[in-house]
Amino acid sequence: MVRFENVGLRYGLGPEVLRDLNFQIEPQSFQFLTGPSGAGKSSLLRLLFLSLRPTRGLLTVFNHDTSTLSKDSLATLRRRIGIVFQDFRLLDHMTTYENVALPFRVMGKDESDYRNEVVELLHWVGLGDRIGALPPVLSGGEKQRAAIARAVIARPQLLLADEPTGNVDPNLAQRLLRLFIELNKSGTTVVIATHDISLMDQYNCRRLVLHDGRLHAYD
Amino acid sequence: MTDMRTDLQIDQELMTSRAITILPRGETPIVPKRSIAGRALVAVVAIMTFLASLTTGAVMLVRSSAVEWQSDVAREVTIQVRPVAEKNLDAEVARAVEIASAVPGVGQVRAYTKEESAGLLEPWLGSGLSLEELPVPRMIVVKLPAGVVDLAPLKKALAEKVTGASLDDHRAWIGRMRTMARTTVAGGVGLVILMLAATVLSVIFATRGAMATNRPIVEVLHFIGAKSGFIAGQFQRHFLMLGLEGGLIGGGLAMLLFGAAGIAARMSAGTAGGDQLATLFGSFALGWGGYLAIVAQIVLVALVTAIASRRTVSRTLETVE
Repeated sequence: MVRFENVGLRYGLGPEVLRDLNFQIEPQSFQFLTGPSGAGKSSLLRLLFLSLRPTRGLLTVFNHDTSTLSKDSLATLRRRIGIVFQDFRLLDHMTTYENVALPFRVMGKDESDYRNEVVELLHWVGLGDRIGALPPVLSGGEKQRAAIARAVIARPQLLLADEPTGNVDPNLAQRLLRLFIELNKSGTTVVIATHDISLMDQYNCRRLVLHDGRLHAYD
Repeated sequence: MTDMRTDLQIDQELMTSRAITILPRGETPIVPKRSIAGRALVAVVAIMTFLASLTTGAVMLVRSSAVEWQSDVAREVTIQVRPVAEKNLDAEVARAVEIASAVPGVGQVRAYTKEESAGLLEPWLGSGLSLEELPVPRMIVVKLPAGVVDLAPLKKALAEKVTGASLDDHRAWIGRMRTMARTTVAGGVGLVILMLAATVLSVIFATRGAMATNRPIVEVLHFIGAKSGFIAGQFQRHFLMLGLEGGLIGGGLAMLLFGAAGIAARMSAGTAGGDQLATLFGSFALGWGGYLAIVAQIVLVALVTAIASRRTVSRTLETVE
């Protein structure tokens, strides 16, 4: 699904923040991405999310060499990837329903085609009674679930989550992790970037550890 | 059964029914319709369009007035008959009138009477003036129709047949007038260009400012897989409408102002002040050309706003990627 071959990344003329990355992410796999602050987790997520291109090496996503793709092709490919941001990034002037439905709207789908699907998903993540609420009145946990719902509504093949449990209490963190596991069981490849060792200890899966720009995979 | 429901059940039912009823029927625009930055942009666009429209209208008024003055003077020539010893001035004047009337293409020819000539000198020499005692030249006003009339034969005939006659076609005056009118119009055009440049620049900067608050929206759309054209289109449409709104407010107010000034000028026609204004600024009517220029400015400002937003989106996307 995703393949890194000798990938390096630097910003401008600065030093390489990621060096000699060689690893693969298999379809329907579940992995944690971890490492100390400044190790390059966010940069690696941006590479995975096609928001950055490597400065050297080969990055293949869904069998496409990202260095050869046009911006529009990257946007099309990005629709197969869902991302959950640590700061949610919900649009404050749109309701929870509209935020979650946004990926469909961007694809140019008619509202009547996705309406039921969005409502169903919102109920599934426990936001059935918050459909018409605007993000500023949602709690942290509700925002997080709305952000997750938006990331998975278009059934992405790859789901990336950046510190998804960073802003919630341990109880909700457990529930969110179970949600990711459910999604993985239904066929979605999941990569969760986290500092939370206790969270990782609860689920025995592959760990990708970044240290000083280099990546070590522990299967 | 109903009585047996718990409060919690009733609450849940109410919440569910509320959720269904508040499900949006129409889609909220991706770019928020009303924001503080958006309103500030409309205000900037409105003010700048108003000022630019006022400048353009004023320059067009001055230009048309200058052309009117020029054509008024150009449609008239004057024959001056100086008194010469042993010559009957009245007879010379009558001959000059006869010669002038005979020239093809010449309109009305009228000699100033002695009283009218005295009236012309009254501000300097006082009333009760007897022209018989002074060697004051007599004036003949020759009206010319629109178009070119060759005055050379008239000049020649006057020089030959009327003693002391000379023809003044106001060439020097018209020359000065033309120079003044051209300078005024050139200055005005320069002013309009500067004003438009200031309008365009302030609209661009105000648009960028308004766009800065929308950066999170651009990023979110980008991350969920929206193509650059889709994102740029959303903002371009939104900002085109903001630009049009501001432009219509500013340009519309300027048009109303010119319309009201025109009506006021027509109503004050005949009064001393009104006539003075009419002499200086013509009829104060902007004309279709002026109103079209203002409409063109409104469209220009709206397009500049839309293009500036599109360029800002492109730049934002470049920094996101």
